[in-house]
Amino acid sequence: MSNANLYERYHRQIILPDFGEEGQQKLLKAKVLVIGAGGLGCPVLQYLTAAGVGTVGIVDDDVVELNNLHRQVLYSVNDIGLSKAETAAQVLRELNPEITIICYNERLTTQNALTIIDEFEIVIDGTDNFSTRYMINDACVLLAKPLVYGAISQYEGQIAVFNFRKYRDDEAVNYRDIFPNPPKEDEILNCVEAGVLGVLPGIIGTMMANETMKLITGVGEPLSNQLLTYNALDNQVHLFTLPAGKETRSLIPKDEAEFLKTDYVWLCSPSLSDVEIDFHEFNSLMEKGSADVIDVREPNEIPVVDEFAHIKIPLAQLADNSRLIKSDTVIAFCQTGRRSLQAAKILSGIFGNTKKIYSLKGGITQWRKQKQPA
Amino acid sequence: MFGRLADIAGNSFTVKDVADTDRLINMLHKTYPALAKAKYVIAVNKQVITSNTLLNENSVVALLPPFSGG
Repeated sequence: MSNANLYERYHRQIILPDFGEEGQQKLLKAKVLVIGAGGLGCPVLQYLTAAGVGTVGIVDDDVVELNNLHRQVLYSVNDIGLSKAETAAQVLRELNPEITIICYNERLTTQNALTIIDEFEIVIDGTDNFSTRYMINDACVLLAKPLVYGAISQYEGQIAVFNFRKYRDDEAVNYRDIFPNPPKEDEILNCVEAGVLGVLPGIIGTMMANETMKLITGVGEPLSNQLLTYNALDNQVHLFTLPAGKETRSLIPKDEAEFLKTDYVWLCSPSLSDVEIDFHEFNSLMEKGSADVIDVREPNEIPVVDEFAHIKIPLAQLADNSRLIKSDTVIAFCQTGRRSLQAAKILSGIFGNTKKIYSLKGGITQWRKQKQPA
Repeated sequence: MFGRLADIAGNSFTVKDVADTDRLINMLHKTYPALAKAKYVIAVNKQVITSNTLLNENSVVALLPPFSGG
């Protein structure tokens, strides 16, 4: 890239006091990974690309939907149904063809997280669920990568910078020092249920981009070991200092081998005892009349169930046929309750918090026994 | 009170004669049982604390829930 271009494109920030060509060169050499190309990811990606961060990675396996467009402003109606990571990359390349954009059109899991994250210097968490957030946090602690954290809920947002030591003797705080253990996913509302004001991720995401710029250039004061809260309704901004907790180290996998074995989804999912329901709970849900009941047995299994209405979807075909399930309450059953528990896990993976999913404990075998005691 | 906690207990209020954060939390949980089930972190005078902390009449206590949205 020619120097003339450099001067022209980035002129307005180069002439800032303390920033200069030196700051711009640091940006151009930097490698930043943005995980999540949604509400937070879009402004982060947009502004870091515009500012000239030399290498930007995007991780997202989702596709654009109409209900994204009120807040995920990199996308347009022409992109509905298309990959977010790839669409974002296209838009960003047109904004700034001089930087490198690397697309990871895949879900971040323990199997790829360490490899992907290690390619970059700074990680930005723009994800929307706790299991991924805890996984990213732990990976960043393991790999010693600074993590720019941001999260939103309804009208409020939080931002912090984790794992960054400005001075050698500083303690570096990570997310587990504040919230050592993940809440169960059903303890916290997500955006689908709680709603989110469109401008909020725009504001918080842009602030996250700002923190990233400060980390890279050394200009200004990043939120190292601090949590900033912002309320869009009344503009209250609060800065909290965070303690580094040595005890929380034990909650984080101590090496790559342990990390690979950690099941973050399980850590955050509702406990099994919430999923299995007994004879009485089943009947009272049925009395309410609004549940979809799914028989996940093979088509020719007996006994044939005629005591209540249900849909038959064999376990192996459940994931492909989840659209047949309309109700917000779903009860899966099978012969003894084992396959239906599997089914409930699969359905939870698909529907998340948008549906209440249950498995009939003991299956139809137990249910019939209790219905007609011998 | 931040996030959902404000829905449970209101945005902010004053309490008197509470010596430390353990006592404060006990009192809040009794008054707002839903708070007892919520996950949050406590800050005293803008400093997140990890153990029982003394309070005085000028202490400002914040309860912060985790957010996951993005």
